[in-house]
Amino acid sequence: MTAPAGSVRRIVGPFNRVEGDLEVSLDITAGRVAAAYVNSPLYRGFEQILEGKAPGDVLTLVPRICGICSVAQSAAAAQALADAAGLLRPANGRLAANLTLAAENLADHLTHFYLFFMPDFAAAEYASHPWYPNIAERFAAVRGTAAREMLPARSRFMAAMGLLAGKWPHTLAVQPGGTTRPLTGSELFRLQRIVRDFRLFLETHLFAAPLEAILALDDPAALAHWQAAVPAGATAEGDLRRFLRLADALDLWSLGPSQARFLSCGAYDEAAGRLFAAGTWQDGQRDDFDPAQVREDLTHARYAAAAQAQEPGQGSTVPLVDKPGAYSWCKAPRLGDAVCETGALARQLVDGQPLIRAVVAQRGAGVAARVLARLVEFCRVVPAMERWLDGFDLGAPWCVTQRPAEACSGVGLVEAARGTLGHWLTLRRGSIHRYQIVAPTTWNFSPRDAAGRPGALEQALAGLPVPAQGTLPAAVHHVVRSFDPCMVCTVH
Amino acid sequence: MKLLWLQSGGCGGCTLSWLGYAQGPLFDVLAAEGIELLWHPSLSADGLTAVLDLLEECASGRKAVDLLCVEGAVLRGPNGSGAFHRFGGGQAMLDWVLRIALQARHVVAIGSCAAFGGIPAAGINPTDAAGLQHDGVVGGGILGPYFRAVGGLPVINVAGCPPHPDWITETLALLVRGRLTADDLDEFGRPRFFADRLVHHGCPRNEYYEFKAGAQKPGDQGCLMENLGCKGTQAHADCNLRLWNGEGSCLRGGFPCIRCTDPDFEEPGHPFDMTPKIAGIPLGLPADMPKAWFVALAALSKSATPQRVRENATADHLVRAPTVKRTMPK
Repeated sequence: MTAPAGSVRRIVGPFNRVEGDLEVSLDITAGRVAAAYVNSPLYRGFEQILEGKAPGDVLTLVPRICGICSVAQSAAAAQALADAAGLLRPANGRLAANLTLAAENLADHLTHFYLFFMPDFAAAEYASHPWYPNIAERFAAVRGTAAREMLPARSRFMAAMGLLAGKWPHTLAVQPGGTTRPLTGSELFRLQRIVRDFRLFLETHLFAAPLEAILALDDPAALAHWQAAVPAGATAEGDLRRFLRLADALDLWSLGPSQARFLSCGAYDEAAGRLFAAGTWQDGQRDDFDPAQVREDLTHARYAAAAQAQEPGQGSTVPLVDKPGAYSWCKAPRLGDAVCETGALARQLVDGQPLIRAVVAQRGAGVAARVLARLVEFCRVVPAMERWLDGFDLGAPWCVTQRPAEACSGVGLVEAARGTLGHWLTLRRGSIHRYQIVAPTTWNFSPRDAAGRPGALEQALAGLPVPAQGTLPAAVHHVVRSFDPCMVCTVH
Repeated sequence: MKLLWLQSGGCGGCTLSWLGYAQGPLFDVLAAEGIELLWHPSLSADGLTAVLDLLEECASGRKAVDLLCVEGAVLRGPNGSGAFHRFGGGQAMLDWVLRIALQARHVVAIGSCAAFGGIPAAGINPTDAAGLQHDGVVGGGILGPYFRAVGGLPVINVAGCPPHPDWITETLALLVRGRLTADDLDEFGRPRFFADRLVHHGCPRNEYYEFKAGAQKPGDQGCLMENLGCKGTQAHADCNLRLWNGEGSCLRGGFPCIRCTDPDFEEPGHPFDMTPKIAGIPLGLPADMPKAWFVALAALSKSATPQRVRENATADHLVRAPTVKRTMPK
């Protein structure tokens, strides 16, 4: 790849504070990004490793694709196996699996906000801003005061994993037919204490308000009114207000806007329906999500490619390290022809969360909206966890078993913290014949496809002011990290 | 001491496990132990060229690295090029690790991938993944069996998939205090403070084990060794003495120990959740147990299994409580 005439190519990487490895190439024309190319530079070959394995072994192997989305990978595999075997989980198993996935997703949101995203505002580039001293003191990487509060709160919250799933990451508790960890009444009480402590942390430090008060804000004006109720720099300001003030000061609302279709497969099965609905969202239009429309295009990915983009259920993974024209180990998933963006923002847009829909309509689907959508999810999922904890029937079963047929196939679709995760499984002669994974960041950080359409991040970076040389503006970091990329899931 | 942390062919889960450290705010604990993070990919402020410059200084010996932590297997493929992992798209991580390991005072493999190859080495091992000083049970890896870091120790293998957060923190703290010597490592380079225990120690299913009352399906309360593949009686770790995420462990979570602190755990030669048997006798014997005695004892204990234990073993909740012994009033 060379830059077109009149452009200067900047290769920027390795990015840190993303989960895994990332490099981005930027073609700069007249001080702006004319084209971005996203490269996932690590390949491990899980789909190749899985071929020939016993079906149950995927539950041990696939969580280890990713140390931060481990339960989501378990859940997708369990669902694919359940689909293949025609299994339905008992209610206790469904509730326990919801709680386990919710604990991971919320812990990931917390890690992203405090450890990955906010430290960029302590960059030297911002040192002249009036807000800088307070923000840098609170959020600077490793030495900021926020980590001192957040890490013990996260650790305490992860005690829920000890009870629900034995340990985190990498549990085998999430099974096709439920979970392996029946809980007693006294254990449920302890879980309620853990979730209560997490709520207290959020309401004290992150929101400085009850979760329900945040959910009651239904448009940018209400949000601004709430924001103004406590002056900047006050001790009871809360980290959400600090973030919103940065978003206004630096206009993070219009930075890195999404051009893609938003995609969510729906999250957290309830007795009827789901907590977050499945669907797509583009230009104010909601549509159904049909998983049969998913294709993976390998044109610019370092793999041997069929003549045209394949459904994941028919896909292949044969690495070709020096393939001409390829610039990433990431495949390019498309929904029909559409480039998609997935994650908390997609989930909340598709589900119709009032504040997020209004924010996107009035202020754009950029960096600030992506971050705000994650924070809104705390306010929606913690009360759901409290409700699920009240829903167990202690005498009823937690897990059922049923072996899949010797030859069959199954699909598992789960919302990980970062968005839609799909597993496509085919068994032949009782073992894994084909296993294909499309992870959230595979969608978000996809390379171009055969038609030359850039992936979601590649689109969001286009137009950003970036000098041809010298320090890379922090804005690039904000855009990249606003997706909460998980590169180890992206390429597996 | 200055700590440099690199990640390669792994999942990042060792770092995420470490962040769950529960003995105090992790960054404050490190500072109190005199450990300064030169760089960590998930935690540090700087990226891009600042990191490449830093690594070059470390690799050329211009900047001292006291503790080099490597997380994830090192990918040697394809054809020895290391090109399956180019760090930030540039130089192969294989080359960075080789160069910096030669300069570092101590080299610590964080997790079973960095120690032995681990999960990426499963199946056909598509990327030719290896550990720093082991390729499975075979000594060697990318640094060779005779490698000793500048400080005199071989690679210290904080094994586990992932390792317990305490194992990582305590290994680093012991190194800083000069309290981890070659004698404190077992034959696979694992710190003895956690590796000289068995996962079996402290397992709450011990009564079921004593009477060979096995669980038959996920969720059952019985011993997971007889049918469901549990290797806790052979696995070197203190998982049921030093609990995970508050009060958890694999066995407490209701699923089998897969011996994840051992080399080659990723290829057990049978499905992970199934105990291989010959004539009904499990093949994997408890550590240090003569086979004939195990068979004899198992037969005896099985015939002595109390009804209560037998019934509870295959149920997902307590169906019969231990009898309350009635004593005569004094």
